[in-house]
Amino acid sequence: MEWLESFWATYSTLMLSVGTNILLALSIYLTLSCGLLTVANAAFMGLGAYAAALLSLNSGLPFYLNLLAGSSLSALVAWLIGGPTLRLSGVYLAMATLAFGEVMRILILNSERVTGGALGLNGIPQSAAWYDIAAAVGFTLAILLRLAGSRIGRTMTAISQDEIATELMGLNVRTYKLLAFVGGAALAGLAGGLNAHFTFFISPNEFGFERGVEILAMGVLGGTGSPWGAVIGGLLITLLPELLRGLGHYRPLINGLVLIVIILYSPKGLWHLLSYSRRSAPEAVSD
Amino acid sequence: MLTLTSLSISFGGLRVLDNLCLTLPASGIFGLIGPNGAGKTTVFNLITGLLTPSSGTIEFAGQRIDGIAPYQITRQGVARTFQNIRVFKEMTLLENVLVALGDHPRYSALSVLLPLRRYRQAELREESAARELLSRVALADKSGRLAGTLSYGEQRRLEIARALATDPKLLLLDEPAAGMNSAEKQQLMKEIVKLDDGGLRILMIEHDMGFIMGLCHQIAVLNFGRLIAQGTPEAIRTNPEVVEAYLGRDEDNGSRLDGAES
Repeated sequence: MEWLESFWATYSTLMLSVGTNILLALSIYLTLSCGLLTVANAAFMGLGAYAAALLSLNSGLPFYLNLLAGSSLSALVAWLIGGPTLRLSGVYLAMATLAFGEVMRILILNSERVTGGALGLNGIPQSAAWYDIAAAVGFTLAILLRLAGSRIGRTMTAISQDEIATELMGLNVRTYKLLAFVGGAALAGLAGGLNAHFTFFISPNEFGFERGVEILAMGVLGGTGSPWGAVIGGLLITLLPELLRGLGHYRPLINGLVLIVIILYSPKGLWHLLSYSRRSAPEAVSD
Repeated sequence: MLTLTSLSISFGGLRVLDNLCLTLPASGIFGLIGPNGAGKTTVFNLITGLLTPSSGTIEFAGQRIDGIAPYQITRQGVARTFQNIRVFKEMTLLENVLVALGDHPRYSALSVLLPLRRYRQAELREESAARELLSRVALADKSGRLAGTLSYGEQRRLEIARALATDPKLLLLDEPAAGMNSAEKQQLMKEIVKLDDGGLRILMIEHDMGFIMGLCHQIAVLNFGRLIAQGTPEAIRTNPEVVEAYLGRDEDNGSRLDGAES
């Protein structure tokens, strides 16, 4: 037990980051599984983080309510911008959501009165316990796994493969896309809220372009075929730099190399590698 | 059931369809033929809502369907297959058909999240319906395979099963026999006749003259976006304008459209 205690003392922040990163990876999994390349998740994370943190600092409302409010605000904003932006696809959608992310970051940066501007928000109560994060990840994963196996998940996969064919099967493609986008934003907002309540401090630059790319990397490296892919991606991106800590100066270099090798040899993500070896097994299971 | 009235559409300066009027008769398989680039697939894209006509109207079962969303047109009972195959390649055959089985109001987004018995039962019912549809196109034994691993002809049959899953009243087939060998074509002809006997209206584009002459009760011929002839296979086969459109003018002998592929 003593071993566990010292482990926790050293690595508790890391473990909590693993949790929020898995949530973020799951948030981008939702849109990627529809074939939508959106990179606004960092901005939605920031929105949720600031909203929840400001409520915790300025209102007497309970922590869970603040989390819910942050997540809902992200979802609401996603719903508002989803209508026009989701008409785009491919790199154009990526550009539009990227621009939205920058607008949000600059907005937060310049609303000094409310957000503290570049100095960020300090002294956020550390209300997020490990079990809050574990529960959030557990619930989200359970729901998304259930969705993936349902008609909704099937429809999303179909959309990612052929949008026009899916529409002509009598399915309202735009509604499904909006559902994925809003759901992803809500999850990112939740992750942001949780993150703010254990790191104590947030600033606008945490939710910029770099974070957006990191989230995208988690989704893509893990694979978009299953929510488990997002879990693997979240774990990998968070833990790999820690595992390579002994390499000193060479750490970022080797870290990047490992990621490149993974994407070269398993372009559809690590989960695809695992599930593919199962699927290509003899066909007796199917009938 | 389906009426196209003075339908026109232009892409840039090119008038792809010009004042097309076409009424599907109350029964029988209907064929739409014409040389490459005549506008046949454009007609399908207009009917299914992928394109909006520059002018003219489309009526289906007494209701205007031009200008409404494609998925709503499908829900009103128009299904189609595609000339360039559009199966969901990385999904199994069963999943392909399940996707098309449609939204059922009795199980909403919420019930998916709850461990409801009714949801499970609905899933099981859908799965058996999907298997039934696959067996109609002789693909039941491959239901667990990924659609991308099928042969060309099999993928076309899967598209038909998927279209049937939307419970259509009118089925549009865009070159259903392309890429099939003669045995597969024979099999497909039988299946199409069966669908026709079952009361489904069929509108078909096909370049294989043997296939289309053997199946259709009525044929319309398009050339450069205009309707140049409509009638029974016999009348079409000997129509001089049609022969000219396909083969060009021949001064010496009376050319004829026979069973040969165009």
